[in-house]
Amino acid sequence: MRVAVLSGKGGAGKTFVAVNLAAAAGKAVYVDCDVEEPNGRLFLRPQETETTPVTVPVPVFDQSLCDGCRKCVDFCHFNALFFAKNRPMILPDVCHGCGGCAFVCPRKAVSETTREVGVVETGRHGDIQVITGVLHTGEASPVPVIRGALRMAASGKEFTVIDCPPGSSCSVMESISAADRCILVTEPTAFAFHNFKMVHQLASLLGKPCGVVINKAEGPYSPLEEYCAQAGLPVLASVPYSRQTAAACAEGIIASRTDAGLAKVFEGLLEQMGGAGR
Amino acid sequence: MIVAIPVDETREALCVSFARAPFVLFYNTDSHTSEIKENPAAQAEGGAGVKASQFMLDGGAEAIITIRCGENAAQVLKAADVSIYKSQGSTVQENIDAFQEGKLSLMTSFHAGFHGIR
Repeated sequence: MRVAVLSGKGGAGKTFVAVNLAAAAGKAVYVDCDVEEPNGRLFLRPQETETTPVTVPVPVFDQSLCDGCRKCVDFCHFNALFFAKNRPMILPDVCHGCGGCAFVCPRKAVSETTREVGVVETGRHGDIQVITGVLHTGEASPVPVIRGALRMAASGKEFTVIDCPPGSSCSVMESISAADRCILVTEPTAFAFHNFKMVHQLASLLGKPCGVVINKAEGPYSPLEEYCAQAGLPVLASVPYSRQTAAACAEGIIASRTDAGLAKVFEGLLEQMGGAGR
Repeated sequence: MIVAIPVDETREALCVSFARAPFVLFYNTDSHTSEIKENPAAQAEGGAGVKASQFMLDGGAEAIITIRCGENAAQVLKAADVSIYKSQGSTVQENIDAFQEGKLSLMTSFHAGFHGIR
């Protein structure tokens, strides 16, 4: 079972839910796909860590072979190539590494080198394997690092929790692509609810069964409840707003380990996900 | 020498966007003639700054006058040794006059791009 935890709005509690769900499972794989700010490891503090570089292909042009036909420049859908001073040049940040320029070059003047855009860190927290994608500062596309992190988790048959980036863009799509189910985390606020509907739409488009966790619940919030009832979305858990939980998170503590009430909430959530054994 | 200027729908005023300007005006300082062409980068999904710069290079531009310019576009123009001037006032005529009188200064700061956000 691979469960993706996502939310439209940042700070709704994705990492909180993902980490505590993995902790409830005990034996699990936790994958942090929020590669621009991977925070799960602040709670899980993985030991025996190893890092593996993530690279993307970048074209190199052999000037002695190039006859300036510009087919490569014209082909590049991303406009990563330009033609100046009679030769093709590249803006590496814009390049998606699709290999199209090498493919269309009639003189085989384009070869590929690689560029490191991030790393995947692996380590252990007890029986939880912690996999963290880390995008290098200043890099534009998180997708290659997300793929790298998910590939690292692909071999395991254990209960897997995928901690997604916020929003509903291509990085989220990539993170949930291999998930069997999605947990949509939201707060009972107008802002969170707005973005929640967007991620629900995305997950539905990709055919993922979804359930909802309402975090920081202070009382009923009818727009959310009505939406869930209408869409047939099960509310899997409701985590009450508590200063104590917030303080534990701020300390980097896995809150369900020091709060019996929270532990019960996450055991219940795990049960609904089919339990750690699957 | 040919000077390229991104212009708006009026074709007489500079466009606030370099990459997604609907038109580019090419002014020839020798013949004092100008030609307005549709900017093929206006509708590009991504890399519009690069594409617009390429269009200006291919039009023979050796200088650009613009309100602002992104980093990627600036990289392309610099690689081709094209000078980028900061505009003054809002109309094409004012800027061509100022350019020919040597009153425009080179642009020194480039933004990180808006990536489709308007």
